[in-house]
Amino acid sequence: MPSWFMRTAVACAALFIAALVFIALAPYERDMGLVQKIFYFHTPSAWMFLTAGVVCGVASARYLANPSPRFDRVAWASAELLVLFGAIALVTGPLWARKTWGVWWQWDVRLTSSLLGWMIGVAYLLVRRYAGPGSDKLAAGLALFGIANVPFIYISVNYWRTIHPPTSVVPKLPLSFGVPFYLSVTAFTLLFVMLLRLRVHLEEQRARMDSLYLSLDE
Amino acid sequence: MSVLQTIWLIVRKDLTIETRSGEIAFTTLFFAISCILAFAFALVREGKPPEDGGAGVLWIAIMFSGNLALGRTFERERQSETLRALLLAPTSRPAIYLGKLLGLMALLTAAELLLVPLVAYFFQAPMFRHPVWLTVIVVTGTLGFASVGTLFAAMLVRARSRDMLLPVLLYPLTFPVIMAGVRGTTALLQPEVDYALLRFWVQLLISFDAVFITLALWTFEPLMTDEQR
Repeated sequence: MPSWFMRTAVACAALFIAALVFIALAPYERDMGLVQKIFYFHTPSAWMFLTAGVVCGVASARYLANPSPRFDRVAWASAELLVLFGAIALVTGPLWARKTWGVWWQWDVRLTSSLLGWMIGVAYLLVRRYAGPGSDKLAAGLALFGIANVPFIYISVNYWRTIHPPTSVVPKLPLSFGVPFYLSVTAFTLLFVMLLRLRVHLEEQRARMDSLYLSLDE
Repeated sequence: MSVLQTIWLIVRKDLTIETRSGEIAFTTLFFAISCILAFAFALVREGKPPEDGGAGVLWIAIMFSGNLALGRTFERERQSETLRALLLAPTSRPAIYLGKLLGLMALLTAAELLLVPLVAYFFQAPMFRHPVWLTVIVVTGTLGFASVGTLFAAMLVRARSRDMLLPVLLYPLTFPVIMAGVRGTTALLQPEVDYALLRFWVQLLISFDAVFITLALWTFEPLMTDEQR
């Protein structure tokens, strides 16, 4: 375990507990009631999902321009986080939608493009696992094309008229909703950074081990 | 040799092989027809096709048969060990990409010349009411699909389990193009065509094409370099 891990893990757990307390204390929203509290998890994980996509795309682009293993490891780690946080967002979203829209799923542009972005993440992991030698560049190309989708995800809701709540809701949050929301966002961000660093660290150790094995053989 | 000459040489080479053997053209065409028939059996009830079903069936058939053709064009280069020769040729890599893309477009256009009448026939879709608009939608949609497909098919040539991975990569990346194609074609098949809507989908298709082709041209060079083997 790297030395920073325990400290970050404790801080992250404390933030999540604090966020949970504040979420429990937060008032009920007038129209939606209890189910609105899903947003304290749904929105931050959707943001982390987008962040992971951007990190993966940027790292992949840099890897293509300058093939250093560090960029490749960051891209791989963030692709895994993209699938993880995307799964949380894609599960919590329909839970809310069932209560509010009356259906689990709508082929709304933002939902559709999130699903596609998530599928590209899964395809990325499949390539990494099954394509054999050269899969690093293949996956980097895929990520680069995938990131071309990200702007569509974010802008689309303001562009096409859809039933997904617009992004302009967040800056206008009243304090009672805003405190637990931003606490939750901070907790999710810290979790994201921690997992990313841990995953990159793991790959570095693995590469070191491989090179040690190789030197043992010689 | 100029870039245009290289592109033309590659297109001519692929089309010459194709007219002599007919391998990809015939198998793709037959597969496309089987696709349409499968959809006709599944969806047409008591002689009545589902409402607006034609557009969807057309694009799914294009997607599936395009996938088949893509896999084969580069598989042939690999089997006859000519991919290395192609990459060693003292020309720019983007020219090779564009040559391959144009050859594939020619193949897929040939397939579509058969697919569109078949869909019109089996699904009672008025495909030929606005031939110019239909051509624009089909060509821009196919270009978007083929531009991504050519890049990934070329990259997958050296990968393990490439036959499985091509659709895994290609479909999520090209769903937006297929979606715009289906919506555009559906808009075209309505009794009263909403031209604003139609123009919107065509613009969307063109912007997808521009983004995908630019990205592919930019990444083809670094992605096809083969330093470790």
